[in-house]
Amino acid sequence: MGILVSNISKSYKEVKALHNISFEVKPKELFGLIGPDGAGKTTLFRILTTLLIANEGKATITGFDVLNNFKDIRKHVGYMPGRFSLYQDLTVEENLKFFATIFGTTIEENYELIEDIYVQIEPFKNRRAGKLSGGMKQKLALCCALIHKPKVLFLDEPTTGVDPVSRKEFWDMLKRLQQKNITILVSTPYMDEAALCDRIALIQNGEILQIDTPENIVKQYSKVIYDVSANNMYQLINSLKAYQHQHSVYPFGEFVHYTDTRSDFNPKELKTYLEEQKLSNISIERTQATIEDSFMEMAK
Amino acid sequence: MKIIFYIIQKEFKQIFRNKGMLPIIFVLPLLQLVILSNAATFEVKNIKFAYIDNDQSTSSRALIEKFEASTYFNVQTSFPSEVLASSAMLKGEVDVVIDIPLYFERDLQKDKKVNLGITINAIDGAAAGVENVYITQIIRSFSKQIKMDLKQKSDSQIQPVNIETIPLFWYNETLNYKTFMVPGILVLLVTMITLFLSGMNIVREKEIGTLEQINVTPIKKSQFIIGKLFPFWIIGMGLLTIGLILARLIFNVPMLGNLVLMYAYTSVYILVILGMGLFISNFTDTQQQAMFIAWFFTVIFILMSGLFTPIESMPEWAQILTEFNPIKYFVEVMRMVMLKGSGFIDILPQFIKTLIYAVIMNILAVWRYRKTT
Repeated sequence: MGILVSNISKSYKEVKALHNISFEVKPKELFGLIGPDGAGKTTLFRILTTLLIANEGKATITGFDVLNNFKDIRKHVGYMPGRFSLYQDLTVEENLKFFATIFGTTIEENYELIEDIYVQIEPFKNRRAGKLSGGMKQKLALCCALIHKPKVLFLDEPTTGVDPVSRKEFWDMLKRLQQKNITILVSTPYMDEAALCDRIALIQNGEILQIDTPENIVKQYSKVIYDVSANNMYQLINSLKAYQHQHSVYPFGEFVHYTDTRSDFNPKELKTYLEEQKLSNISIERTQATIEDSFMEMAK
Repeated sequence: MKIIFYIIQKEFKQIFRNKGMLPIIFVLPLLQLVILSNAATFEVKNIKFAYIDNDQSTSSRALIEKFEASTYFNVQTSFPSEVLASSAMLKGEVDVVIDIPLYFERDLQKDKKVNLGITINAIDGAAAGVENVYITQIIRSFSKQIKMDLKQKSDSQIQPVNIETIPLFWYNETLNYKTFMVPGILVLLVTMITLFLSGMNIVREKEIGTLEQINVTPIKKSQFIIGKLFPFWIIGMGLLTIGLILARLIFNVPMLGNLVLMYAYTSVYILVILGMGLFISNFTDTQQQAMFIAWFFTVIFILMSGLFTPIESMPEWAQILTEFNPIKYFVEVMRMVMLKGSGFIDILPQFIKTLIYAVIMNILAVWRYRKTT
C-alpha cells in the first residue's frame, strides 16, 4: 500500500493548478515528481499531506483516504516542506525533541532510523537551527520528518538551494531510507536527480506528461542528439536556431544539444553551415539523450 | 498532557531567547505605568492668567492678589486694553483673561453688585470647564470677604442665610488622580501586552512556515492552542502582579479589596483577550496585519472603557456598545475592588459577563482555527 492518486484536480479561482492527475506509488518505491517551478508539485504535496483539499478526485496514502482518514495519515507520513520550516530559535536537539514529542514518541525510540543522518549534525546539537548551513538545515529537517518512523515520506524540493556535494549525500540517504521500508515521494526541478529515482512522473502546467522509469523515458527518446560547441556560444545558438532543418536547440552546460528533422542528417553539412556563419572551433559529437532532453521534447 | 507541557516549555524558551521582545514585554509596560500614571491627570494646573485692570483700585488689586495666591494660576501680565489681551490669547500666551471694569470699587460699595468680564480659552473644553470652576470659587470667596469688610454694624440683623455645601469624596477622599488612574492603566497594560503577543504568536508560526509542519502532525487542535496561549496567560498574570506591587510601592494606591478576588477575575478576563488574539491570528497571514488589527481594537476599547472619559456621559448608543467592551468590565472591577473593597457579590455582574464573553470568544476562535487551508 503506497500512494494512490486518481483524477485529482485543483484550481485556485481562475488558475488551474492541477488537472486530472493520476499515478500510483508502490510501497518502498522512490518516486520522483519532476517538473519546472510552477508545475503544481507543491500543490499536489499539500493535497497528499492533508493540508489542502482537492476540488475533484481521490487519493489514498497507505490505504487511508486523504479526506476521510486524514487523522491516520498524519500519524504515518513525514513531510518536509520546500521552505525550511523548523524553529530557528530552538537548537538542533530541541527541534528534534519537539517533533518527537508532538508525535508522541522519543528520540531514543526511533534513533536507529535517523542515526546515520543525525550523527552528521550531532556535533552542532546545541546550535540554534537558524545558525546552521543550508545542507545541515536539510539534514535536520529530514531527521524531524523521520522521527516518528513514517511509512511514507514526502519531500518537496529537498535539494533546492543545496550545494552539489550535500545534494549527492542527501540522495544517498534517501536510498538508504528506502531499504528501511519507507515509501518516498520526492519532487525536484533538477533533471539529473530524476535518474536516481525508481520511477518518475514528468509534470508540467498541472498535467502529467509521462510516468515511467528514468531508463525507459530516455529510451523512448527517438531523436539522435548532437553536442555542438563553438567559440561563441550565443552566436552558435542563434545560428542553429536559424538553420532550416533544426528540430530543437537547447543549451546544455558547455554544449548545445541539437536535433535535426531529417533522418539522414550529416554532421558535416551542419559544420559547413556554421563555418559560413563565421564560427570557429566547431565540434559536433553524437551524445546520449538524458531525462532533460526527454522532458524538453515532451514539454515542447 | 505531555505534549501541551512540551509546547509551553518551547514557547517560553522562544520568548526568553527573543532578546528584542523581552524588554518590550516586561520593561516598557512598567515604564508606561510609571509615566502615564503621573502624567495622565485631569487636574488643570499652571493656568496662564492675565488681567485688564481698568479700575486700579485697592479692591481690584485685592482680587488679583487672590489669583496670585492660588496654586492653580500663574499670573502673567496685565494688559492695558482688551485688544492686546485678545491677541495674546490668539497666540496662546494666556489661557484666562479677567477684565475688571472702571469704577469696580465704587460700584461694589455703592450698588453691592458689579460685573466682571472673564474670557477663557476653550480649545480644550474639559480644561476650560475646570478653569471656570476655579475662577468662580476664587471670586466667590473674594466677594464674601468684601461683604465682611463693608458690613456695617446696623446690617448685622438682616444678614442673609447662607447655604454652604461641604462635599465628602468617598473611596478617594483627597480626589487623588493617581489612585484613580493607576488601576485603570494597569488594566490597559495587561490587555495590550497579552492581546498583541497572543495575536502575533500563531501568525508568526504561519509566517516562518512551522505551522505547516505542525499541521501535518497528529497533534490535536486543542493541545496546540492551549500550549500556545497558556504562556501568555502566565505573562498576563505576572504583569498584573508586578503592576500591583509598583502601584503599592510607588503610588501608594490603597488595596482595600481581596487580592484573591482580583486574581480570580483577571484569570477569566485574560481568557477573553487570548480568545481575541487567537481569533485575530486566524484571519491574518502576517504579524503586521495581526498587529494592526489588534491595535485598532485596543484603541477603541480603551477610549470606550471609561478609563479616560466617564461612560455615563457618552451618548446612549455608545453606552450600549460599551457593554461589549471587556476592558470596561476590567476597569470597573479593578477600581471597585482596589478602591472600594468590593466583594465577590458586588462584582458578580461583571464577572458573569466576562465569563460569558470568554466562553463565546474562545469557542468562536477555536471553531475558526483550521489545520487545513
